[in-house]
Parts: sequence; structure tokens; C-alpha cells
Amino acid sequence: MMVKAGLIPLLISYVIALVFTVMPMPALLEPWRPDWVSLVLIYWLMAIPHRVGVGTVLIVGLLTDILLGSTFGVYASALLLISYPVLRHYQRIRHYALVQQALVVAILIFFKRVIVYEIEHVLNDAVFSVPYLYPVVSSALIWPWVFLALRRYRRHNHIH
Amino acid sequence: MRSLFERGLSLRTRLLVALGIASTLMFLDHRLNTMQPVRSFLNTVVAPVQYLAVLPEQIMERLVYLSQTRSALREENVALQEQLTELQMAVQRLNFLENENARLRELLGSEVRKTSRRMVAEVVAVATDPFSHQVVINKGSSNGVYVGQPVLDNRGIVGQILDVGRTTARILLISDQSHALSLRSESSDIRVIAQGIGNLNQLELKFIPHSTELQEGDVLLSSGLGGVYPEGYPVAEIISIDRDERLHYAQVNARPFAQLDRVRSLLLLWPENATEKPIYDHAADAAQGAES
Repeated sequence: MMVKAGLIPLLISYVIALVFTVMPMPALLEPWRPDWVSLVLIYWLMAIPHRVGVGTVLIVGLLTDILLGSTFGVYASALLLISYPVLRHYQRIRHYALVQQALVVAILIFFKRVIVYEIEHVLNDAVFSVPYLYPVVSSALIWPWVFLALRRYRRHNHIH
Repeated sequence: MRSLFERGLSLRTRLLVALGIASTLMFLDHRLNTMQPVRSFLNTVVAPVQYLAVLPEQIMERLVYLSQTRSALREENVALQEQLTELQMAVQRLNFLENENARLRELLGSEVRKTSRRMVAEVVAVATDPFSHQVVINKGSSNGVYVGQPVLDNRGIVGQILDVGRTTARILLISDQSHALSLRSESSDIRVIAQGIGNLNQLELKFIPHSTELQEGDVLLSSGLGGVYPEGYPVAEIISIDRDERLHYAQVNARPFAQLDRVRSLLLLWPENATEKPIYDHAADAAQGAES
């Protein structure tokens, strides 16, 4: 089987996102940790939807589940559900201004977290707390930099 | 790039198939509990990610250590020596009391308390999911870690092992919403059940009658009744009792002694009745672990 150009850099970006997700942080910043996995996946879904699709989202979602110790499929389902609008409208989102994109990202991550909460609530009686939604804000704020960094990364490694 | 017309399955179909797979896995894992071997395998697979996650911190620590001056280290050394002397004195007294206690228990005809074996473990990753308070440590099945094993830090009980990979294991903290343990008040011997509420600094005591003798500041020890945690380790301190008569039970909150928000080094405990045995990496650790 031939390995398509840029597969390794693509995999590395997922690993980095997963590492950031479990990296220990000071207790003060902990609730503000951006949702790295969603950010990276949203970027790739939007930039190269013909390569990164539903299958990738499923696998990365399951790895997130294992890393965070949640029930199998919780994060995978939530990520799949937000990947649908991205794959559907990637051409439109691509041409938004960065601020507009950040807003879209905020909405997507808000829904992702709400879905995760609802599933956890049904499965394990999770109790809602407001800090759970802080990452929506921090992810939206950091999106422009993630976008620019990943675009440079993509061009540098010729991923298309 | 593929053209528009050779896409294969439509996006919606692919999404539904993937969602179907995810929900099936969820069902298998949660309702049927059939995924334990898979989880254990995958935990081993993702272990490198967890080790990578602590790498920057470890490098920072190493740099800080290297940049420390000789005099600072010497001062620290002196302070630690003093602490060690104090602790050794305390241990002498403890040994004496332990022997005496064992003799008295023999005289009374009750079972003599057995010693347990232990091992130090380092935290390699924290789970950021607020609905499950978990941390991952750098010891796994290759060290004899088993599911349901009690874990402590230098102040009190931290939690129990939830699942085990080859070189890592996942700890469920006592503050997790799905975790509860049986405790005993040190002063009044009242038995209580403390449940996690998803807050690292708080546990809730369940089903406490309004007429309880518990008081703020009471120290709660593990009662050993659940079969997971050994008896007599400190767990939490009562911080507030709200006797609101409109509610069925008094609202009692306790603060865990263990610093759950900054766990670093933890102690794995092998109670005497455990079938698993610790497997030490170095012979020196073995001698230390067996001492207690």
C-alpha cells in the first residue's frame, strides 16, 4: 500500500492534540484548557475533508475516550455529531474571517460538550457545573492561532 | 483529489455507520462490561501519549534541579535530615505501640492486624474530563497492580485502581461522582458513607440524621468495611453540617485530606489478604516496601 504524502505529519498533529489534552496543568488554568482534539479535528475536516473524514473522527474520538477514561464512544459520538456540519459546510466555513470562524468553533465545541454531558448524565448521573463550559470560550479565543499554525504546518508538510 | 462523482457512500450514511459503531461500543462497554480486555490493551497503546504529556514538566523540573545552588541544596538537606530524625523518633514509638497493640489483641483473642506492602508511583497524566476524576500512574500490571487496589498519598486515601495497562494504571479518585466509601468518625465511631460530588475538595456524607453527634472538625477514617480500603487511614475532615429540618437528612460536607488537585507521588498498597504481589523494579525498593 502506498502511503500518501503527509500522513505522518497528520498523525503527529493528532498525537500532539491528545498529549495536550492530558498534560498536567496548574489547578487555576485547568478548567480553561482548550478542547485541543476538537480544534485540530475541526481544522483538518475543514481544510482537507477528502482525506480526514468520519473514520478519522471515530478513531480519534475513541482514543480520547480511552485517554480520559470515559465510557467507550462518548467522545467519539460527540465528535462525530459536530463533524457533520463541518463536513457539510466546509467550503463556507473556510472562507469566513477568522473571528467568524472562531464563533463557529465556539458553537461547535459548545454542542460537543453539551452532547458529552448529556450522554454522561444518562450513563453515569453526571452533575452539571458551569466551569465545564469554560473551554468553549478558551477554544474560541485560541482558534485563530491554532488555525494559522496548522495552516502553516499543512503547507510546510504538503498535506493536501 | 477525488472528483465530485466518485465519492462512494454519502456523508450522511457514513456518519450514521460511524455513530452506530460508537453507540455499539458504548453499549458493550457500559451495559455489558465486555470491554475490559480491550480497555486494558488500549491503555497500553496510549501509554506513550501519557508519558509524553509529562515530559515537559519533567524536563523543567530537571532544569530547576540543575540550576539549584549548592548552598540551597545543603540547606534543604539539613532540613530533611531534621525531619527524618523527628519521623524516626515517631516511628520508634509507633513500633512499640504496634507491638503492644498486637499483644493486647492476642490476649483478647481478636485477630492481629497484618502489615501491608506498598510501592511508590508517580502520576503521569490527569483526566481532564470533569465528569470523571481520574489520574494515571506509571505503574501497571507488570508491577503487580490490580483492579480495586487502594491508593494513598502522604496525607490520606486518594482512590482506587480502576483499570490496569501494562505500564500504566488508572486511579478513580474518591471525589469522583461515582465513588463512595465507608468511613468512621475518629471521635464518636459513627459510621458514615462519603460520596464524591465531582469537586476535588469536597465529599458529601450521605444519610446523616439531624440528631447526629458528628461535629465540624471531626476526622473521618476509613472503616475497612467496603473491602477495598484497609481500616484506619485518614480520609477527610468534616467542614460543615447543615441541619435544615426541611430536608430528610442533615447536609454534611467533608474535605479530603489527600491533596487531590495536585497529586504527584502516590503510594500503592497491597493489603495482606490481596492475592497479587508487588513486583519491584529495583531490589532496594523491595526492601523498603516490605518494611512496613
